[in-house]
Amino acid sequence: MRLRIYRYDPEHDREPYLQDFELAPPGPMLLDVLEGLKEEVDPTLTFRRSCREGVCGSDGMNINGRNGLACITPVEELREPVTLRPLPGQPVVKDLVVDLTRFYEQYRSVQPYLQNDEPRPEHERLQSPAERAELDGLYECILCACCSTACPSYWWNPDRFLGPAALLQAYRFINDSRDTAEGERLDQLDDAFKLFRCRTIMNCAEVCPKGLNPTAAIGEIKKALFKRQT
Amino acid sequence: MSASESPGNIPVRRFDTLVVGAGGAGLRAALELSRAEASTAVLSKVFPTRSHTVAAQGGINAALGNVADDRWIWHMYDTIKGSDYLADQDAVEYMCRAARRLVVELEHEGVPFSRTEEGYVYQRPFGGQSREFGGDQAARTCAAADRTGHAILHTLYQQNVRAGTYFFDEYLALDLIRDDEGCVLGAVAMAMATGELVIIQAKATLIATGGAGRVYRTSTNAHINTGDGLGLVLRAGLPAQDMEFFQFHPTGIAGHGLLITEGARGEGGYLVNANGERFMERYAPHARDLASRDVVSRAMVTEVREGRGCGPDGDHVLLRLDHLGEALISQRLPGIRESARRFAKVDPVVAPIPVFPTSHYTMGGIPTNRFGEVVVGPDGADHDEAVPGLYAIGECACVSVHGANRLGGNSLLDIVVFGRAAGNRIQDFLARNRYHRPLPEGAAEATRARLAELEAPPAAGSGGESPGRLRRELQTLMETHFGVFREPESMAAGIERLEELGERIRAMDMGDRGAVFNTARVEALELQNLYQVGLAAAHSARARTESRGAHVRRDHPERDDAHWLKHSLYYLDHHRLAYKPVRMQPLTVDAFPPKERVY
Repeated sequence: MRLRIYRYDPEHDREPYLQDFELAPPGPMLLDVLEGLKEEVDPTLTFRRSCREGVCGSDGMNINGRNGLACITPVEELREPVTLRPLPGQPVVKDLVVDLTRFYEQYRSVQPYLQNDEPRPEHERLQSPAERAELDGLYECILCACCSTACPSYWWNPDRFLGPAALLQAYRFINDSRDTAEGERLDQLDDAFKLFRCRTIMNCAEVCPKGLNPTAAIGEIKKALFKRQT
Repeated sequence: MSASESPGNIPVRRFDTLVVGAGGAGLRAALELSRAEASTAVLSKVFPTRSHTVAAQGGINAALGNVADDRWIWHMYDTIKGSDYLADQDAVEYMCRAARRLVVELEHEGVPFSRTEEGYVYQRPFGGQSREFGGDQAARTCAAADRTGHAILHTLYQQNVRAGTYFFDEYLALDLIRDDEGCVLGAVAMAMATGELVIIQAKATLIATGGAGRVYRTSTNAHINTGDGLGLVLRAGLPAQDMEFFQFHPTGIAGHGLLITEGARGEGGYLVNANGERFMERYAPHARDLASRDVVSRAMVTEVREGRGCGPDGDHVLLRLDHLGEALISQRLPGIRESARRFAKVDPVVAPIPVFPTSHYTMGGIPTNRFGEVVVGPDGADHDEAVPGLYAIGECACVSVHGANRLGGNSLLDIVVFGRAAGNRIQDFLARNRYHRPLPEGAAEATRARLAELEAPPAAGSGGESPGRLRRELQTLMETHFGVFREPESMAAGIERLEELGERIRAMDMGDRGAVFNTARVEALELQNLYQVGLAAAHSARARTESRGAHVRRDHPERDDAHWLKHSLYYLDHHRLAYKPVRMQPLTVDAFPPKERVY
């Protein structure tokens, strides 16, 4: 199969460029092809990978114009040449590896941890199956950054808009029946940029490799804020 | 945090504790330490939530009794029986007693466990579990759908964020630093983003680097599971324990190795051969598909070898879930449905999944006691002497709570129980050792020499091979010579081939000598670790002339308690082997003496 891959090595290249490769796919997934290229063709080709089954979130990249995980993208479905670029809008470290420092900072800024100021019982806190079901579609996020880096609002205001991934996590805790910090969480998000820069373009839901819908979660946060005002 | 420089011009960072590895074990220990206001640095070669704990599916064992009556001592019995009596019974008692507390605590920290109708943590049946010491099936595995590892790892990372733990993300630990008195003073590490070395000086160093399942070709393990912590310890002259015991998980997707949780059988799935027969009834009449993993894996390989395998090549068996219904599968097993559709191209709601045993878990590891202290001792003497300042927990460690075969659901338990225990023990150590000891001169010299050897371009015409190709050869070799069934001639040949491969690994050409995010260099360094794991497994396996748990020899098909109820210790130097007794005495209850193991 034919590929065009974004290359940039800050030690040698003044500018990034696209390099053409051709390789018989050694396996069914795009990550297999990248591994094959690195092993047999060009050991300097650089990308992150770990679990190779879509749960660790390491190998997010832009595949034929759409963000996704290389390890769960079947090559047979891809139009050739398959064009691979790093996740958009992030500083490129080398080739397909981007610097996600800001993405992680935004995630950490939403207090992504359960807060409950009531005394801990000797057994688990009770939560009904229905309350627990409220977390489905939220807790499964793998922080691959495919969503945030596909969001035009995030490209325009990356320093002020928190982006879909961080907001999805914010809602995961707002919506947890065991969390008692909803008020403070909403206070923190009630901001023209942090939250309200979402224009419901829905690229995030479109690309999420886990099938999650950050736009809907953001909508729920907005609703909770409006409800609080009335 | 001020950075100072060592005589070798390598920057030095100082913390009370250095935790190497950010999976569930490292993060649980770090949480204990950060909350106690000890300065704690966690170093990880991947961003923490990408650690392999994230891939654990089925759940974590604790005798909560939320679904069926249960007792911690039944759990203890099952664990010891599952280990084929090689587990240390004091450590097993400690773990099973602590299980309830640790799982409840995880829930309080925010883990989104699935729930029973009454709102308690949902529990499912898993392999090797029984009530009343071998009686009816228990339901002991606490689950968050089939994403329990993901739920636990993210929660532990999140609470560490809250606790202010310091993270070195995308750093690779290269070597431990030890002084003349044998005290461990931290590690030399490399920042992957820049290729620069840094010394992380610490009063206590905790290794929590996970397993080495990638030493085999077909594996459920992530690419990163290369036994880095074992390499650190072996190169420091310390031993690795029980490395002949590698777990092959029965249900990897055939040809791929991707994990299909044992929870699939816990929820009612079963295995069939080419004749459509539920063959586990012949091998384990009582527990059937929920026998221990070593038993099920051997049965599957036997079915295939005897010509009852499925598919055009007769090289796998089938896992049937289609009788469970879409509702149950979507609710309890959504992740494996996704994986099966994607990688096996079958929807388990309507069609069976092709499965075959695949490398899964490293039972052996760095020898420790139940406090997480790394223990060694001179041959023939007490092997319980702690190495000052060095701790190890989780899959890279060998406490041993898993012995010769781990029970499903006990690995997530192991990491939180001993993560907490090590965190507490380190606090005691820090109270007694308030100041950093001086770093030895040339603390990073051995590391630098190793790196320089890698950097050197291959001699003209020598044709150094790539880390990727050499790794594949190592994996294939290990699978061929040290797989589910082992034979003496084959193992001897395997060791010869390992020696030859070692020469080629020393001459490898990593092909990229850049400083910035050089993953070829990382893979070369990982391969050095993985190769040492391979040596440890091979030599330990050849020496053990019995069959126990996951180690099965055709020439010695029986367990031999008279000679082999003992732990192996492998040293890199001359491939030396030593042995130490199994700790048969529990903490408070009567010992479970070895008996015939039937399911």
